[in-house]
Amino acid sequence: MAYENSSEYIKHHLTHLVYGQHADGTWGFAHGVDEINEMGFWSINVDSMIFSIGLGVFFLWLFRRAAVRATTDTPTGLQNFIEMIIEFIDGSVRSSYSGKDPLIAPLALTIFVWVFLMNFMDLIAVDLVPWIAGLLGVGYLKIVPTTDLNITFGLSLTVFVLVLYYSIKFKGPGGFFAELAFHPFPKFMMPINLILEGVTLIAKPVSLALRLFGNLYAGEMIFILIALMYSGGWALGIFGGFLQLGWAIFHILIIILQAFIFMTLTIVYLDMASQTDH
Amino acid sequence: MNFNATLIGQMITFVIFVWFCMKYIWPPLMTALEERTARINEGLAAAQQGIKDLDEAQIKVSESLKDAKQQAQEIINQAQKRANEIVDEAKDIAHDEVDKIKDAASSDIDQQILSAREQLRKEVSGIALAGVAQILKREVDAETHSTVLDELVAQI
Repeated sequence: MAYENSSEYIKHHLTHLVYGQHADGTWGFAHGVDEINEMGFWSINVDSMIFSIGLGVFFLWLFRRAAVRATTDTPTGLQNFIEMIIEFIDGSVRSSYSGKDPLIAPLALTIFVWVFLMNFMDLIAVDLVPWIAGLLGVGYLKIVPTTDLNITFGLSLTVFVLVLYYSIKFKGPGGFFAELAFHPFPKFMMPINLILEGVTLIAKPVSLALRLFGNLYAGEMIFILIALMYSGGWALGIFGGFLQLGWAIFHILIIILQAFIFMTLTIVYLDMASQTDH
Repeated sequence: MNFNATLIGQMITFVIFVWFCMKYIWPPLMTALEERTARINEGLAAAQQGIKDLDEAQIKVSESLKDAKQQAQEIINQAQKRANEIVDEAKDIAHDEVDKIKDAASSDIDQQILSAREQLRKEVSGIALAGVAQILKREVDAETHSTVLDELVAQI
């Protein structure tokens, strides 16, 4: 696919494959940013959803297979690796979550592995999959679901719902309200307390989602910018190749770290929500 | 970048995935891991016990070996003692036997000496009588002097 200039190239790489209702009332894929904006809320980023669900299903399939095969005998190969991840998650949950709840550990495992897999898409060459898709007639394709705000907020808002649920479950509605209203200042300053604690509460899912999104979006952007260098002659191209390699190696760290941070903060938030003595 | 229904789709997907993970992945894996931990612990404990048992058995073996040696020594000592006793007894018996035989022999000899003396006495007295009778002829009556001759014979 030919681009008129680098701005168009970048824009193209940052546009989702969106399915929704056109302005004239018909349903279909959007052709360009203007059409996406016309579609409004009731449209869907097909590329994000496909890769997100696909990677999630891959994760569940892989771990389900390990769960079925798990015996008390000596594990080998992939089995060993998966059990290592399980023990790592179990250790993290045990050290961060003080209570005992059957949901926390599977939730942490799902977040860690799923987010990692979605981040991992970032390491696949930025042009490769969109180019193949272009040959198949698909105009836009973003393969890294975690560079889509909808995906990161989808995760963090679900965690937020769980935080609210656990707060009410363990502290009771009154206790939860008291925590928001009578803290950190004395009771008569309740409105200020409510605003302060409300912001703290809302900041949890927002920061969770934006941290992941920001890191991955920035990483993706740098990959795109490096990819731009390939069109600037062979000298710049070789330099870009080294840059790409260096950034990819560094990015391996970031994608694992971000997955780990998302998981750990989720555990910590839920632990705070389950603390009854405040 | 704008929000759309992807947000809701992602939330639903997330909930389903977590539910699946909680139901079908986490519990079996955790159970297997815990069981394996228990099994490894048991194995280690059994190995420890085995080493302990081996040590104890070795101590027992060396003890019974010592006992056996001691018993063997005792038996040998007793046997030696008994052998000495038997030899001593045999010696005693032999001594007694020798004495008996000696006694019997010496009494036999005495007997023979006695009978020889008797015979000799008789013969000498007979010869003496005959001599005397020849010397004295009729002047000496054999009957009147026989008592004197008998006394003579007894003195020999």
